[in-house]
Amino acid sequence: MIAFEAVHARRGSRVVLDDVSLRVEPGETLVLVGRSGAGKSTALKLINRMLEPERGRVLVDGRDTRDWDPIALRRSAGYVLQDVGLFPHMTVRRNVGIVPALSGWAQTRTDARADALLALVGLPPADFGDRWPAQLSGGQRQRVGVARALAIDPPRLLMDEPFGALDAVTRGELHREFARIQREVRKTVILVTHDMREAFALGDRVGVIHDGRLVACDAPDVIRASTDPVVRTLLDAALS
Amino acid sequence: MTLIGFWRTHAAEVWQLLGQHVALVLASTLVAIAVGVPVGIIAARRPRLGGPLTAAAGLVQTIPSLALFGFLLPLPFIGGIGARTALVALILYALLPIVRTTIAGLQSIDPSILEAADAMGMTARQRLRHVELPLALPSIIAGVRVSAVVGVGTVTIAAAIGAGGLGEYIYRGLSMVDGTVILAGAIPVAVLAMVVDGALYLLQRNRASQGQSRRAGPVIAAAALLLGAGVAASSLSVGERVVVGSKNFTESVILGELMAQTIERYTDLPVDRRLNLGGTFICEQALRAGDIDLYVEYSGTALTAVFDQPVQRDPSAVLEIVRTRYGDTGRTMLAPLGFNNTFAILVRAADADARGLRTLSQLAAHAPGWRAAFGYEFLERQDGYPGLASLYGLRFADRPRVMDLTLIYRALAAGQVDVIAGDATAGLIEALDLTALEDDRQYFPPYDAVPVVHAATLLRHPVIGAAIGRLAGRVTAADMRRMNYAVDGQRQDPAAVVARFLDTIGGEV
Repeated sequence: MIAFEAVHARRGSRVVLDDVSLRVEPGETLVLVGRSGAGKSTALKLINRMLEPERGRVLVDGRDTRDWDPIALRRSAGYVLQDVGLFPHMTVRRNVGIVPALSGWAQTRTDARADALLALVGLPPADFGDRWPAQLSGGQRQRVGVARALAIDPPRLLMDEPFGALDAVTRGELHREFARIQREVRKTVILVTHDMREAFALGDRVGVIHDGRLVACDAPDVIRASTDPVVRTLLDAALS
Repeated sequence: MTLIGFWRTHAAEVWQLLGQHVALVLASTLVAIAVGVPVGIIAARRPRLGGPLTAAAGLVQTIPSLALFGFLLPLPFIGGIGARTALVALILYALLPIVRTTIAGLQSIDPSILEAADAMGMTARQRLRHVELPLALPSIIAGVRVSAVVGVGTVTIAAAIGAGGLGEYIYRGLSMVDGTVILAGAIPVAVLAMVVDGALYLLQRNRASQGQSRRAGPVIAAAALLLGAGVAASSLSVGERVVVGSKNFTESVILGELMAQTIERYTDLPVDRRLNLGGTFICEQALRAGDIDLYVEYSGTALTAVFDQPVQRDPSAVLEIVRTRYGDTGRTMLAPLGFNNTFAILVRAADADARGLRTLSQLAAHAPGWRAAFGYEFLERQDGYPGLASLYGLRFADRPRVMDLTLIYRALAAGQVDVIAGDATAGLIEALDLTALEDDRQYFPPYDAVPVVHAATLLRHPVIGAAIGRLAGRVTAADMRRMNYAVDGQRQDPAAVVARFLDTIGGEV
């Protein structure tokens, strides 16, 4: 369970989140959507305590993030970035297994886990496990990123524009894959995107962020029917 | 002697010098890595600290190495002659490339990779070890490569302060004007530099292309093994030894060898030779600090260059002043060896004969059409060229050129210049058919050769005084010129020349 309570956040002198309150239930997928710079990535970093709120509280499993040990907090969430950030000096298998290895898992268990996850994200481990990140396509890299985020089976998954850099066909394919994986693993997911279609395709609920404020947060159908002028502008621009 | 022949007859020494060379480069590079990589890491994290740090390291690199050795000599603990000072200088030189490439390597890492590392819950230490250092490694190795190759070259210069290494052959060859000996040192140095460069290049390329985190263990183990072998080779001699120094020209080396062999012949004390130690300043510093126990100085040089006294022309007055001054500063001057190596103004014998030129007074008439070259010390010193020019009214065609003492005789013989200042006992005077002009107005002060011994050494080993005392007044200018010529002109080994000389006077003592 993740909750924001009247959260204000700044980056430098700029206010990026202004009085945001929201709640994500276990096993639910919340998609935060908004233009670049609207404050979506900041929301994810607050959950991981890579940033701290200026006012208000961010609660993870009922505890203020500031009471969590940051390392333990981060290890309890998988993180997927738009740039993926695979380690170029490690094989695909080692990339996926890095967090288990750092958490003290035995080598054989780590490798077995990495291979199972590679299979889950549609990359046969016998074929891909020993490759270097430079030998993968963009879509394959993104799949490895998802596998890496799931490595120690964390209860939460934080995804920052995970499919943003991909072409439309690959993106559609990965959306279907994501839905399938989410049915299997049932994580609490917060995904941020600037793509309204992606938000409707993936979210159990969709939150619209504009200029640091959460202007709407509801089921996709409700958002789609919204009469709020800000939401409408975004919708019309995206769906026209 | 051919190059191969030289290496064959000096095989043991070549290996020892090569071992010292490798040990110095390895030790300084390893220390520079141990210091430079952490400094680079800190500097990359804190630019406010890193800026001044790299600026300071850069400043050190702009100091010419010989000058840096000079600065370090008089410092306590880290100074003095020998490998210690050389190591300090080498480490200072090696630091900058390593610090710089560490910073560059760390800062060039894609920020999204670092964000991923943080987001997945790596601690700062884990991120450094598993992500940042492996990714910066090719860059760091590139810096190590630069440091090591520069080190191979700089160690050569460190021979000037008695650090050993293959530079000893280069200095020895320069002072003997013997190309074979220079090459005997220079060629292995060049090969060593290429081998080091090539090996590190392969390592760097291997890292860059694969990115695989192989164990650094074998490489470090091999380096440590080589270092151990080098240290063992260079320090086989432990225990108390009498250290004999000399300056870096033939006569001083011969006199150093003469001191060393005399002590070996007439006492049971083992001797360490630190010959070719640069100029007066370095020998003086070394003797003052007790890094060497004795060397042969010239009375006039001691008076003006060491003790900063005005020039005097009475030989016994000069000896008295110098004896007192040395005594006041913890050194003992022993009895003069017998010859006076004063300056000699030299011209080609052919020129002198053609013009009937015999004295310095006569030179003034010819000087305006001639070019002159002098050693740096002679050109600048109070008792050198300025006084000479005003006494004899000398004005040359151009401002006299500064020329290294090891090259100046050949420059005169080859006609590049027409007048030089040399030593009255220079063997090359005969060898190159030169003529010394008579100092008819008694300008040059006396330069009697005098052994100077660290006083504490003499107290511990009075036999040294007795042994060296046997030479008092026994070395004539003719003896000295003969020995100089044997080494300079006939390419004989200084040790053999000195041994023969001691044999000839030995029976009479």
